[in-house]
Amino acid sequence: MLGFSPDEWTAIFLSLRVATVATLVALPFAILAAYALARWRFPGKILLDGALHLPLVMPPVVTGYLLLLTFGKQGPAGKLLNDLFGFSFSFRWTGAALACGVMGFPLMLRAIRLSFDMIDRRLEAAAGTLGASPGWRFLLVTLPLALPGIVVGAILCFAKALGEFGATITFVSNIPGETQTIPSAIYSYIQVPGGDAQALRLTCVSIVIAMAALIVSEILNRRIHRKIAVFE
Amino acid sequence: MTSMLPSITFRARQRRGDFVLDVAFEGGPGLTALFGPSGAGKTAILNIIAGTQRPDAGLVVVCGRILTDTDAGIYLPPHKRRVGLVFQDAQLFPHLTVEQNIKFGRWFTRADNTAPPLDLVTSVLGIGHLLKRRPATLSGGEKQRVALARALLSAPRILLMDEPLSGLDDARRIEIMGLIERVRDEFKIPIIYVTHTRDEVRRLATRVVRLNAGRVEAIGKAGDLLDS
Repeated sequence: MLGFSPDEWTAIFLSLRVATVATLVALPFAILAAYALARWRFPGKILLDGALHLPLVMPPVVTGYLLLLTFGKQGPAGKLLNDLFGFSFSFRWTGAALACGVMGFPLMLRAIRLSFDMIDRRLEAAAGTLGASPGWRFLLVTLPLALPGIVVGAILCFAKALGEFGATITFVSNIPGETQTIPSAIYSYIQVPGGDAQALRLTCVSIVIAMAALIVSEILNRRIHRKIAVFE
Repeated sequence: MTSMLPSITFRARQRRGDFVLDVAFEGGPGLTALFGPSGAGKTAILNIIAGTQRPDAGLVVVCGRILTDTDAGIYLPPHKRRVGLVFQDAQLFPHLTVEQNIKFGRWFTRADNTAPPLDLVTSVLGIGHLLKRRPATLSGGEKQRVALARALLSAPRILLMDEPLSGLDDARRIEIMGLIERVRDEFKIPIIYVTHTRDEVRRLATRVVRLNAGRVEAIGKAGDLLDS
């Protein structure tokens, strides 16, 4: 199909699946964390802020290694999940999704937090005097007004997840059909003689998907802005 | 109506840095103007009534219902207070249409059907033709009329207005003042009205609380206070 070998298709579909799951699972956590950082005051806030942003500045291989130590077969969290639910991250696509989600998380968090910061708090106060409880205020005012940032953040995380290499390969290795995403596949093809053509083809796929994600985000964003017109 | 009771009993002490607010007054039916220069603490009083600020010590009773009583440890959250707040700059929800904006409060207070009918409010305020529009496309005067409608439809026990005319040109100000008079007289909701402009006080106020530097200077009828 389209000149791609089955192995290449496997890598492409796996990448899309890993990136989608990583983004969707990370999204509610990112919204919660962004809201907490933007609105709440609590001890250790600076530390939490720093810790959540660490994957952005640490070498990816370090993040991957820490994930391995924590969620690997011998890691405390990995053991717990395995014993309680029979669920494992190690050397499985779910582990790749975890690594990608962790790496994309700070990007998503930053975008969403920025949009929470930009909301005029008096709009929430207005909703309050109109009878809306804090929960309704969040759902009907805060969340819709933060939607542009949420969309941008989700797309950034998705794009980051598609390209994630260092943490993924460290945590769950490079197993075709299970953890071999597009970047790891490209890496493998480059390692073998005569793999240039395949590496190049997958490179083009990466560029197309990344570009498509950015365009979709731009279109969605414009549409939301036209509807919301926050910046009167 | 509970016309024997004062519409509002307000007493509060609050320290914010160098600024000390120490104010007590009562309001009756009609429009009570809080009049004074900026920095007199007018907006802080509205915030304490609306429940967006908590006084160090104080008592707020609206139409016989205790909203804040620091001695008794009573402090109702804003959404349970039933006060309609009209901001200086309207603060309409930018992501909702005018119609959704004005129905917002009515939906949350739907169990209580004391809100005036939607058609009446839109026709008194002259916003019937704006219902499908977005706030971003409205002029300043139109925004204030919508904000007023939104507050009225939430069936408030009292209406708080924070310099609602300050962003408008003279023609618009006179027009909206006429609407506020109609709201005051036709909907019979007590209004607390913050302003630093004399002609607004003269035209709208039933009584005036003159404030300066966080204290009440005088309370009385508009004519008496403005001429002294």
